[in-house]
Amino acid sequence: MAEKNHVHYRDVNENPCNMCMPMGGILALKGIEQSMVIVHGSQGCSTYMRRHIAEHFNEPVDVGSSSLNEKGTIYGGEKNLRQALDNIVKVYHPALIGIVTTCLAETIGEDIERITGQYLIDKQMEDFPIVTAATPGYGGSHFEGYFLTVKRVLMQLTAATKKNNKVNVIIPNMSPADIREIKRILELMKIEYVLCPDFSDTLDRPFSRPYTKMSDGGTKLVDIKEMGGGLATIQMGITLDDSISPGQYLKDEFGVPLYNLAIPIGVESTDAFINTLVEITGKTIPESLTKERGRLLDAMIDSHKYNFQGRCVIFGEPEMVYAVTKTCVENGVFPAVVATGSQGGKLNELVGLAVTDFLEKSNLFIETDFAHILAASQEAKVNIGIGPSDGKYLTEKGGIPLVRLGFPIHDRVGGQRILSVGYTGTMMFLDRVTNTLLENKYISYRSSMYEKYYQQG
Amino acid sequence: MAEDNAGRIAERDGFIVTKGKNKKQLQCDTDSSAGCVSQRACVYCGARVVLNPITDAIHLVHGPIGCASYTWDIRGSLSSGAELYRNSFSTDLKEQDIIFGGAKRLNAAIDGLVEKYQAKLVFVYSTCIVGVIGDDLEAICTAASQKHNIEVIPVESSGFIGNKSAGYRAAGDALLRLIKPSEPIVKSNSINYLGDFNLAGEAWIIHNYLRQIGVELNVTFTGDSHYTALKSAPKAKLNIIQCAGSMLYLAGKMEELYQIPYIQISFLGIEDTAASLRKIAATLGEESMIAKAEDLIAKETARVEAIIKGYRDKLQGKKAAIYVGGGFKAISLVKQFREIGIDVVMIGTQTGRKEEYETINNLVDDGTVILDDANPAELERFMMEKGAHLLVGGVKERPLAYKLGIAFIDHNHDRKHPLSGFEGAVNFAEEVYSTVCSPVWKSLSKSGIDRGVTDHG
Ligand code: SF4
Repeated sequence: MAEKNHVHYRDVNENPCNMCMPMGGILALKGIEQSMVIVHGSQGCSTYMRRHIAEHFNEPVDVGSSSLNEKGTIYGGEKNLRQALDNIVKVYHPALIGIVTTCLAETIGEDIERITGQYLIDKQMEDFPIVTAATPGYGGSHFEGYFLTVKRVLMQLTAATKKNNKVNVIIPNMSPADIREIKRILELMKIEYVLCPDFSDTLDRPFSRPYTKMSDGGTKLVDIKEMGGGLATIQMGITLDDSISPGQYLKDEFGVPLYNLAIPIGVESTDAFINTLVEITGKTIPESLTKERGRLLDAMIDSHKYNFQGRCVIFGEPEMVYAVTKTCVENGVFPAVVATGSQGGKLNELVGLAVTDFLEKSNLFIETDFAHILAASQEAKVNIGIGPSDGKYLTEKGGIPLVRLGFPIHDRVGGQRILSVGYTGTMMFLDRVTNTLLENKYISYRSSMYEKYYQQG
Repeated sequence: MAEDNAGRIAERDGFIVTKGKNKKQLQCDTDSSAGCVSQRACVYCGARVVLNPITDAIHLVHGPIGCASYTWDIRGSLSSGAELYRNSFSTDLKEQDIIFGGAKRLNAAIDGLVEKYQAKLVFVYSTCIVGVIGDDLEAICTAASQKHNIEVIPVESSGFIGNKSAGYRAAGDALLRLIKPSEPIVKSNSINYLGDFNLAGEAWIIHNYLRQIGVELNVTFTGDSHYTALKSAPKAKLNIIQCAGSMLYLAGKMEELYQIPYIQISFLGIEDTAASLRKIAATLGEESMIAKAEDLIAKETARVEAIIKGYRDKLQGKKAAIYVGGGFKAISLVKQFREIGIDVVMIGTQTGRKEEYETINNLVDDGTVILDDANPAELERFMMEKGAHLLVGGVKERPLAYKLGIAFIDHNHDRKHPLSGFEGAVNFAEEVYSTVCSPVWKSLSKSGIDRGVTDHG
């Protein structure tokens, strides 16, 4: 069992392990075809988020801001927001505009619903899709902002339509490489699907000329519209609270059956994903996938003894944290510390169920920060970290080597290319973990043995 | 292109001029327009980047988590001592605090941090919503100061009260409070160095030069500085300023309050570095310094020019675009490009001032596009129109350049190599060479897979 859920309602956050809500909103909206985002608030919020996203994906990330200034803050930001809409339409010709709010906009009580409604009437653009999401920075982390925004996309675009043969797949904040891997599996199985959101091309686009301001890719608006008629929804959001669950919305509103699954990392979770697809569609599992599974098992056996020496700290967004925890458990890597800066949703419960096999107890922290994570990791004699780049703090201060995974990766290249899902992705993930453990062992092996056993005389 | 012209935003016209084409004055120093996808950050950001290099201070962000998260360890500022500045502390305001006020949390945060870290100095930065919910930062900081008998200084940096320049001013005000002497000042023969943040050890490089020519350095604002050193600032007899954008205000105040005159210098490029050393020696007026400065310049110039010549031969005739934060940096860059045989065809800044744009206008060739507070669409348009081979900018601009298939130089806060002084001039030339002459571009210019295949025949 995991130790009791440690919630840190404390007065100071020392080195944050999460970002703010609108950040998640931007990421989600970047996965919609020809969409542009406006962050309703002061200029800094959008610029900082753009910078963070650009560093991770190494892609231009154009995001508008309503650039609220003192006047807008006192008298309301309607004028600014309308002007922002004007300019974004003029320069980018988007097919959809998403508006996420910030701390400032929410605190001064902006009614963006009304403002945008009126705007569309005035401009005689009633059919133009504007998706709004209330994402105050203080309301939750980027994780909650992400799913809430996906839900808002569905709430505003999905309609009751006749039944179709497609499986809806709700994608969490994973790497473009991961999204492409999910698509590859679906295609191997010859399954019709709608993947939402899909930023595998928009935030990892190929080099090509001429440059276009809006990139190809993203979930098509027509497809989102038809998600209400889907065969079923698979949502990689097992930790989600129902209140921000897009899949739950589709179920409640349109009666689309919901399969809430963990991100398919590890044998068990990938099996669950594939078996669910079989259950929903009646398709068979292709030979090549079975072989991939076999190779993963083979790899797991090759590494299991090394992995057994792993005592890890896993941190990041709840959904990723859970998927990684399960994979570590499956391979005998002990999740000594499991942590998220976000609210966690059902993470506590789920981690508790996942870690029962070990002799020791895992520590779980939600709404925590890196100062706590470091202290707990040192106490638990952790020898490997798994999570986003800010975990470099654990390496710098605690000498804990880090396997980078999740968002953001801003001190290495290729965050967008890290593959960890499916049988093949898991194998690659596992190799990264095992090899980090080995590397660390070999670095210190001679000296540690010397210190331990060598005696003069 | 017709489409591009249609997408132009009329209100941006005043912020763009082409040298020689029209006599109109460039507009600058105003708020960003909504929806223009400005590259600018906010007031808080301006203040944070200036103050953050103070190594032994507690930098506490009073606000929701995002602001602290996005600015954690954002600069590559180095320290020769304390490491406290590399943490990001936040009061992590939540919904409840927005409703009932954040004062209680702030008080508790200061208490907790002071107890844990025993610092002599705390900066409390206000963010967007703190300005709106009206926490009395001043009163809270004064009370905390008295309680702990250390300095707790509020930084009035609410995001919406202006742009990044307002943040520089807020930082300046905070510094003025810090350096205010409690006893009469005893003047010394030393100088202060303003506006170097010791990115990749740049302040250290300049210290070495000054030491070699016999100039005594009092304190640097704020690279590798600390509480005690900063306290001694008023005793200097001269201020030299590198980053004018952030430090002119402070320098002006110090002249008024402590009769310390200031001069503007620049250590970017051989020409400016040499001129600045001469200027400092001449201002201090000591014969021996002037002679030593000439020696140093002669020796270093000869050494460095020999290296740079090799690069210049390769780079001659290439065209550069510049988009950086401040005007002064932009000016130095024009000269530095000249040193390596490159012409500037587009130049812009986020926060340049009128006088700086005038200097730029005098410095560049006819036909060069000059622009203030630009956005990705404009950067793209002018770089393409002018046939730029490379762009100098920060993190957000880099992916755009790369996607356009042109070279890029980092002139941002988190770079890991110094660009100042003779040392920096070599690094700069080397970096330009490494990107402009990279074989990578050859792969792009081939016409694609088809040709690659037929070419074999
Ligand atoms: S926490 Fe609030 S003010 Fe700060 S960046 Fe996020 S939305 Fe903006």
